[in-house]
Amino acid sequence: MSTETAEVKKSEALLSKRRKGIITDPLDDNNPVTVQVLGICSALAVTSKLEPTLVMSISVMFVVVFSNLIISLLRNAIPQRIRIIVQLGIVASLVIIVDQVLKAYLYDVSKIVGVYVGLIITNCIVMGRLEAFAMGNKPYDSILDGFGSSFGYAWVILVVAFFRELLGNGTLFDFQVMPDAFPKVGLMTSPVGAFIIIGLLIWVQRWRNGYVEAE
Amino acid sequence: MQQSNGYIIGFAVAMTVILGGLLSFTAVSLKPRQQHEIELDTKKQILASVGITGEDKMKLSNLFDEKVEAVVVNAAGEQVDYSGNVLKLNVQKEWKKKNAAEKLLPVYKVKGDDGKVSSYIFPVYGYGLWNEIWGYVALEADLNTVKGVVFDHKGETPGLGARIASEQIQDRYVGKKIKDNSDLKGVVMLKGEGNANVDDYHVDGMSGATLTANGLNKMVVNYMELYKSYMSKAKGTAAVLN
Repeated sequence: MSTETAEVKKSEALLSKRRKGIITDPLDDNNPVTVQVLGICSALAVTSKLEPTLVMSISVMFVVVFSNLIISLLRNAIPQRIRIIVQLGIVASLVIIVDQVLKAYLYDVSKIVGVYVGLIITNCIVMGRLEAFAMGNKPYDSILDGFGSSFGYAWVILVVAFFRELLGNGTLFDFQVMPDAFPKVGLMTSPVGAFIIIGLLIWVQRWRNGYVEAE
Repeated sequence: MQQSNGYIIGFAVAMTVILGGLLSFTAVSLKPRQQHEIELDTKKQILASVGITGEDKMKLSNLFDEKVEAVVVNAAGEQVDYSGNVLKLNVQKEWKKKNAAEKLLPVYKVKGDDGKVSSYIFPVYGYGLWNEIWGYVALEADLNTVKGVVFDHKGETPGLGARIASEQIQDRYVGKKIKDNSDLKGVVMLKGEGNANVDDYHVDGMSGATLTANGLNKMVVNYMELYKSYMSKAKGTAAVLN
């Protein structure tokens, strides 16, 4: 069982320095998308407009936070030998619930993101956090970790979607912001555009943080 | 810590029961709401084929109820008694029936301001390159001129075949004719894009999406063929009424 953090003292503050670190680390230094390069498939697929991207971010957040919480609560009861199946079962159930709720209340958005919501099950961020964190930490810390990781994922895909929608369609959240004369970049509406922007983001962030991949 | 096999099996069984129950409960309790959304979306698509669009789905739904009369016909052009909700009639299932005479074909008649039928809308269904495609073809009261079309798809290539769902492609069908006298010509999409002098029975193609276009052409022509008898009958009655 992996343990990323040290044993917690009894009287730790609700938002101690260590706990703040759990949330802020994945936003920058340990970003799941730009540093760990996880969850790229959905980052490429759903980011052509801001609205579906936002829905996707919230869905991922819901799944990561709740699966982290549930796994962390059950971490001492889950049999080691079938833990991956248990994790998958819980993640898959949460994803199906999200998908059903979207179909019922946000039908138009679910038509766009539908396939990719189902693919949250295979989003490496989710399973990664469960294995690396929730299996070895207390529930409250696991919730914070879930929020941290999903915010880290969310801001990256929202930035990508911002540029893709602005340059590709001249709109933001479907409101036209660019003048009609603005030459739309068709490339940005296809996944190729997402590759380019994610590539640039990864470059900028690694350059700024001086991150070098381990040999 | 190594648990016994009995504990592992018990844990797995308990998890399955709890998660299964939770999921069935979610699915059952959200189902009415989802079906309502699907119906609203169908109405929205049907209205879009005659150029009525909007964001407010409830408004569109009311307009639909007020203006559109749905009937079910068969391939011989006779009206069929259909007690259920025509909107929920599964076009895909009807298309897969081997015997053309058994197929139930919905027709949506849109009433104009003068109370007469101003356009007819026919659902269509077929296969593109990768997966299903479907849509609605709306004809003017003369049952020859295309008033508008909407197409949608499940998994055509984005940027290529998926363009059938875009207004840019659908607008090309407006004003085209499906028949030359009584010869059914369909509206056929040409190969390649930027064709000059496209006649009344063809529309310009989509570059790089010939296979999707082939499926689309097949779909449109197949259905115009199926509805042919109905069209000639409907036209006949309209002539009598006038």
